[in-house]
Amino acid sequence: MIGYVLRRLAGAIPTLFIIVAVAFFMMRAAPGGPFDGERKLPPEIERNIKAAYDLDKPLVTQFGLYLGRLLTGDFGPSFKNKDFSVGELIAAGAPVSLRLGLSAITIAALIGMALGIIAALNQNRATDFSVMSAAMIGITIPTFVTAPLLTLLLGVYAGWLPVATWNNGALANMILPVTVLALPQIAVISRLTRGSMIEVLRSNFVRTARAKGLSEFTVVTRHALPAALLPLVSYLGPATAALVTGSLVVEQIFQLPGIGRYFVLGALNRDYTLVMGVIILYASLIIALNLIADVLYAVLDPKVRLA
Amino acid sequence: MSEAPLLIVDDLKVHFPVPQPGLFSAPRPLKAVDGVSFTLASGETLGVVGESGCGKSTLGRAILRLIPTTAGRAIFAGEELTALSEAQMRPRRRDLQIIFQDPLASLDPRMTVGDIIAEPLQSFLPELDAAQRRAKVSAMMNRVGLSPQMISRYPHEFSGGQAQRIGIARAMILEPKLIVCDEPVSALDVSIRAQILNLLSDLQRDFGLSLLFISHDLAVVRHVSHRVLVLYLGKIMELAETETLNRRPRHPYTRALLSAAPIPDPSLERDKERLMIGDDLPSPLDPPSGCVFRTRCPKAAEKCAHEVPALAARGAEDGSVVACHFPD
Repeated sequence: MIGYVLRRLAGAIPTLFIIVAVAFFMMRAAPGGPFDGERKLPPEIERNIKAAYDLDKPLVTQFGLYLGRLLTGDFGPSFKNKDFSVGELIAAGAPVSLRLGLSAITIAALIGMALGIIAALNQNRATDFSVMSAAMIGITIPTFVTAPLLTLLLGVYAGWLPVATWNNGALANMILPVTVLALPQIAVISRLTRGSMIEVLRSNFVRTARAKGLSEFTVVTRHALPAALLPLVSYLGPATAALVTGSLVVEQIFQLPGIGRYFVLGALNRDYTLVMGVIILYASLIIALNLIADVLYAVLDPKVRLA
Repeated sequence: MSEAPLLIVDDLKVHFPVPQPGLFSAPRPLKAVDGVSFTLASGETLGVVGESGCGKSTLGRAILRLIPTTAGRAIFAGEELTALSEAQMRPRRRDLQIIFQDPLASLDPRMTVGDIIAEPLQSFLPELDAAQRRAKVSAMMNRVGLSPQMISRYPHEFSGGQAQRIGIARAMILEPKLIVCDEPVSALDVSIRAQILNLLSDLQRDFGLSLLFISHDLAVVRHVSHRVLVLYLGKIMELAETETLNRRPRHPYTRALLSAAPIPDPSLERDKERLMIGDDLPSPLDPPSGCVFRTRCPKAAEKCAHEVPALAARGAEDGSVVACHFPD
């Protein structure tokens, strides 16, 4: 097992390198640059700035320089947020996004699984239909609709929750953004759980468990559930990575100092290093969480041997 | 067999609603088991034979209440199982077990063999501690021909024959009175079949088990059963002592089944008269009128289309019954 994990981590290095390379050259291929504005800069100033950020050197040399700094853990200076390095920006924003994302995915997994199990056990009955219709609505309504709507209802009209402040992550300030982030995930997870649960409940070994004379609770929790959770494990890995790297929409609407907006704003502003930093973070998270999912798979399914 | 039978099945019906195309069409019933009655004595093996889709497995599972029954009764040791609620049925499962056709798929892949076999003990004999449970499991594994050293292995590490032994050990651990064997050897290699069949016979002898032995293979059923019940489209065609059925099959369907079973002697097999019944099984959603077998019966006559033949002795004096207007 430990050997397997180490080998997977070693295998992640070329993957990360390819991601960094593709992202680097794609960013540079996009028209415009970080210092292009409405007004044309005087040529000598532009030359100075470019020289300061190594932008006057050939692209391959720039890539080499960037990689070299990256190996020492230096993500470089942000091109747009002056006086901040990318490392500092991420270090400031990541805890916020991490806290929001982990809360959202944990709540979504618990509620989604519970709803999915309830729906599966009541297949094709009213409970099932209502849970699944609600889930369909949850999937189809985007966060940029739920976020302002919930803010309006619970924050502005009812006045129960604070609107658009972070307040260092006080519980009251977390509720709205976490809910908005969790809702679509609850929908997806409940549908996934229902689907695999229904399949497992029909399987032969569950029939055996019933024939043994076990209680329905034991049949469901001990025999059906562990099998039904397997497909969920592979979904939760990437979903967690997506949530903890933040969401532009939610961060903008709730005015949260997370890293989700760096990604989009960085790309729009051609803030090369900032975008690269967020991409590397996101890619590493995806790789790590997929690895965790695979290890969990082996724990849940004795047929899977990690070698 | 003068004492009261262990199991009485009385006019049991299992109908599945099949949804029809069209928004307002009512679902039509698929009569998987349609008015089956028989008894099973203590220590007896009753073979249930018939081709795929005739309702054999449905019958076995309906008796154990693993699928809901539509009408009729199943009475086990004087108690009407079909009248019990799900919760009332649970304690009875101690005496009523089942062995499935697909041995590997019937074992929870995430549990060790020891846990699989011990689980019914935890449920029904919670007073046993872990060591006592383990001792019982080891003894039972030994009894069914599995080395107790394999107690911590997972199902996928076993062959089909071994997996079926695990299934048998799991069913036997509570020493039930009746085991429904639902095609227990159909998925197994021919070379393994005899071992499993002999194991079942030994267990029956040692524990006084009653077996309801379901198979599509008449050769297997004849080998293990005291009596044989021939099922066709959910109805009993013939029910007789194995010996009688072999010697003098009276229903044309039974004769066709017997003639389809290969004889392990090439010259006899070549010369044997084969009774072909052609065609496939009619749709159980739309069974033929009168006698359900008439569409494939070489002796079908006018009467067969109008009148359902009752299951009756029809001249036999050995207790065998046949549902045919023109029995041999």
